[in-house]
Amino acid sequence: MSASPATSREILIATIADLLDGVRTVAVGASSPIPAAGAMLLRARNERRGREPVRVIVLGSREHNFFTNGAFELFDATAQGRIDAFFLGGGQIDGEANINLVGTGDYPASSVRWPGSFGSAFMYYLVPRVILFREEHSPRVLVDKVDFVSAPGASERIYRCGGPHALLTGLALFGFDKQRKRFGLRSVHRGSSADEIRAATGFDYDAPAQVPFTPEPDAETLGLLRGRVTDELAECYPQFARAMLADRAA
Amino acid sequence: MGQIVSIEALAAQIRDGMTVAVPSDTSGVAMAATAAIIANRPRNLHLVCIPISGLQADMLIGEGLVGTVETSAITLGEAGGAPRFADGIRSGAFAIKDATCPAILAGLVAGQKGVPFMPIRGIIGSDILATRDDWKVIDNPYAPDDPIVVVPAIRPDVALFHAPEADRFGNVRIGRQTELAAMAYAARTTLVTVERIVETSLLADENAAAGVLPALYVGAIAEAKNGAWPLSLAGEYNTDTAEVARYAKMARSAEGFAAYMHGFARKFEAVA
Repeated sequence: MSASPATSREILIATIADLLDGVRTVAVGASSPIPAAGAMLLRARNERRGREPVRVIVLGSREHNFFTNGAFELFDATAQGRIDAFFLGGGQIDGEANINLVGTGDYPASSVRWPGSFGSAFMYYLVPRVILFREEHSPRVLVDKVDFVSAPGASERIYRCGGPHALLTGLALFGFDKQRKRFGLRSVHRGSSADEIRAATGFDYDAPAQVPFTPEPDAETLGLLRGRVTDELAECYPQFARAMLADRAA
Repeated sequence: MGQIVSIEALAAQIRDGMTVAVPSDTSGVAMAATAAIIANRPRNLHLVCIPISGLQADMLIGEGLVGTVETSAITLGEAGGAPRFADGIRSGAFAIKDATCPAILAGLVAGQKGVPFMPIRGIIGSDILATRDDWKVIDNPYAPDDPIVVVPAIRPDVALFHAPEADRFGNVRIGRQTELAAMAYAARTTLVTVERIVETSLLADENAAAGVLPALYVGAIAEAKNGAWPLSLAGEYNTDTAEVARYAKMARSAEGFAAYMHGFARKFEAVA
């Protein structure tokens, strides 16, 4: 195997596979190629290592979606406790892990309007391991306080068994402390630095004195990602699979 | 019941002020029928998106035919945001009732069962709840200290979708898209366009009958080959991504949208 170093996309995908470690069933929403790749990578790696099988549900895929009950099944299966991990993003994410998928400015006449909340105001409460994923890491995305709460990061005195597990961006990985409602910087990806993250983040967060680099995928992981996982992705994300190949060649 | 009509006759059943339930872009959207509806110009439609919409809602909004949009999202998917929707939000052209997917589905199930409301987890603490005065928080009557959201039943005047096939008796094959059945159960009537109409009953084969919506729920059916174009129809054809991208680009301006819609109407005139 030609061991060219991992691309930035590959580091994100491998980080997602690590964040999902231990889950039995993971669902991925529509238009989310990197989370889908991370889930497929974990499935392939567990299979290779003889570990517990991982079920992957990719919405919008025919091949990687075994649901037969239409739009209902993801939400019903989630409410039944069968979905261990899911991904959410947001036009804005704030320091208390509140997410905004609706828009900026005065609701309802939002000056910038995004599509809408999708299933977030349900999934965020009920999926034990929600990974917040947003490639853009900037003060306009990572804000002190969101303009509209599609779903809150934490809740008191209501039934809630799910919430944020981590926040992954194109530059860094954060953990979330539910009691203190506060992010903590865990690592920065190759090419970035603790100072750059501080400047690019609109909310305050905890950070260790020495911020480590996000681990890079080992040869086995990279081999699976560049082989089987790229092939699997091509079924539901053909453009993305081609872009991964182009990345690698560059 | 399950009458087979022309697409124009089907479209004529959508009238001013009606509440119309429509499915998401990958579940079978009646796009050819949408062109026929736009030609009739019904006003002040109340769209209920099950549970999201995209191209169809954006077109109806851009044409000025929509008074209210109830949805969990309006998006063109890979092609990006829905431009006429975002523009209409900024100008207050229609009332928006933001929701979250499973809450819309729960309201539909309440409609299906003929009960006034359905409880649903999550939502408490979301600004969606603050903007929806028709959603309430009640105490779980079976357990202490358990507030839970209830949403009212959704009873659309019409459910409108596109499916692979219907038979001469008015039964419609919907496959795995069971939310289409829920739309039909909850709605007063259902209008369906199909790729083809077959002579033998879809209920004849026990192995395939489960994916069939019986004629009981169906008001009218019209044949429309490629009737979801440029969107996809599961098991039949994929999204014409280049066409959706072309729409997304042109619809950024009102003028571009008008030009696109002129061509869109002509395309379906040529087919009919």
